[in-house]
Amino acid sequence: MNDFALQDHEPWWVRYGVVIDRMVGCAGLLSILLGLLVLAILAGQALIRGWPRLTWVFLTSFPSRMAAQAGILSAWVGTAWVIVLCTLMAVPLGIMAAIYLQEYSGRRRLARLLEINIANLAGVPSIVYGLLGLGLFVRTLALGRSVLAGAATLALLILPIVILATREALKAVPGSLREGSYALGATRWQTVWHQVLPVAFPGVLTGVILAISRAVGETAPLIMIGALTYVAFLPQSLRDPFTVLPIQIFNWVSRPQQAFAANAAAGVVVLLFITLLMNALAIWLRQKYQQRT
Amino acid sequence: MSSAQTARVRDLREWVIEALLKLAAFSSIAITVGIIAVLVMETVQFFGEVSMWEFLTGREWTPLFSQKKFGVLPLFAGTALTSLIAMAVAAPLGLMSAVYLSEYTGRNVRNTIKPALEILAAVPTVVYGYFALQLVTPALQRFIPGLSGFNALSPGIVMGIMILPIISSLSEDALQAVPASLREGSYALGASRWQMVFSVAIPAAFSGIVSAFLLGVARAVGETMIVAIAAGLQPRLTFNPLVPIETVTSYIVQVSMGDTPTGSLEYKTIFAVGMSLFLVTFILNASGAWMRERFHEVYE
Repeated sequence: MNDFALQDHEPWWVRYGVVIDRMVGCAGLLSILLGLLVLAILAGQALIRGWPRLTWVFLTSFPSRMAAQAGILSAWVGTAWVIVLCTLMAVPLGIMAAIYLQEYSGRRRLARLLEINIANLAGVPSIVYGLLGLGLFVRTLALGRSVLAGAATLALLILPIVILATREALKAVPGSLREGSYALGATRWQTVWHQVLPVAFPGVLTGVILAISRAVGETAPLIMIGALTYVAFLPQSLRDPFTVLPIQIFNWVSRPQQAFAANAAAGVVVLLFITLLMNALAIWLRQKYQQRT
Repeated sequence: MSSAQTARVRDLREWVIEALLKLAAFSSIAITVGIIAVLVMETVQFFGEVSMWEFLTGREWTPLFSQKKFGVLPLFAGTALTSLIAMAVAAPLGLMSAVYLSEYTGRNVRNTIKPALEILAAVPTVVYGYFALQLVTPALQRFIPGLSGFNALSPGIVMGIMILPIISSLSEDALQAVPASLREGSYALGASRWQMVFSVAIPAAFSGIVSAFLLGVARAVGETMIVAIAAGLQPRLTFNPLVPIETVTSYIVQVSMGDTPTGSLEYKTIFAVGMSLFLVTFILNASGAWMRERFHEVYE
């Protein structure tokens, strides 16, 4: 009785409080769904548009002036070369750097400086890494527009990501494990190698996969160092010119003819498939790993 | 081998390994030094030929024409315009989804939705560029008749979708860091959930949310492929989102796509422009990080 009397005198935002609350919740849910809807439309449209072009011939043909005969052979072979090399350069270096920062350096001022520096590097736009690659690898070290220069540029780009992800994984390893190892007389490296790294491995792997998937999708830095848009041969050595899948897509998107847009759509499907697969793998690994600890 | 010898070998190995790891850690410093060195060297040469005043205040950017003008303002206007549009999309959507994830749903739903949202950030930017040019622009042209085939609006909107997960996830972290006691206090005073969110949780997480926005803007400013594909390559000092423009990043791509001879003045422009881009994103990222640190200090 009293409650009803009270409610009549309350302002509208209290009287309709439940409704407003529900509206806020709905707005939040819709914001998330909108993002996912965009992703679904994007993938769906590219799939419909590119489906007729997604044949075995598309994967095994060189690019061509005739849209219907063009394929992505040189593009995906180039991507494979660059990614394998980039992984070989960035991953060991990144993991080593992270081990030093997390397991060796302690809380000294120098370590703090390195930390801030890496966080800042992770925020540098990828095109600036392209400028670095152009100035350093292509010109100063005279590597030219080669696979090696491209891989090295991408390696610098993903290095901060690998370091940050590895540190997170190492941080999650309980300190008691290290203390137990030291108590049994193990040295610092023995502790890291035999105790910490095996436990942190799934986390490190997750980070590495995410970093590589970033490298697979990068376009701008490779355009900067002069990866070509029309390559009708496969790289035979580290010093050969190359192209990659994102650059091939960029090339097709930029052409006015609609026939090339279908090629671009087919390329988008292939690229999306690769990156989403890698991300799904990383997420799956992370979920599995989180449940265990 | 005596045990003393084994110990010496072991110590040596430990020392070598630590030295190698240290060297690896310092590679990140080398990268920073490399970026700054490359940018500064070319930029200094550029300013030997073009006055800094003209560069910073000139209203025309035509380094690739015979009548060369080096005013960087049109490029930064393009960058500011596309980034503003992106933030107009991403800030409300990101904040609302963060509120939903943090305050309106349980851990189980959050653990399924968050990874899905993160996938948005993993889509290669060239794919977003294709999306902006082939899908969003034609769709917008149905509603806005005056919209040019290349414009700032469509890549801006798509860029907003791209940075949505960054803003959402960082804002959610900020909201999660608000202590439960503040929420409980608000409820105890009779607030309903939405009142608590807008009058307690969001204000308490304010610096974290601002930090999320700053990092999102930094990402939008540095984004290259979406604008290079869908915004056109015409430097223009305008805030009209319907006409072709050029951003700082897409100019750099434009020059490196063409056959500009290395060492020429046109070629040096990309380093001067890149330097200004680097400085802008650095300031945005650093102030974002500073805001984040600050809010961590308050509640931890």
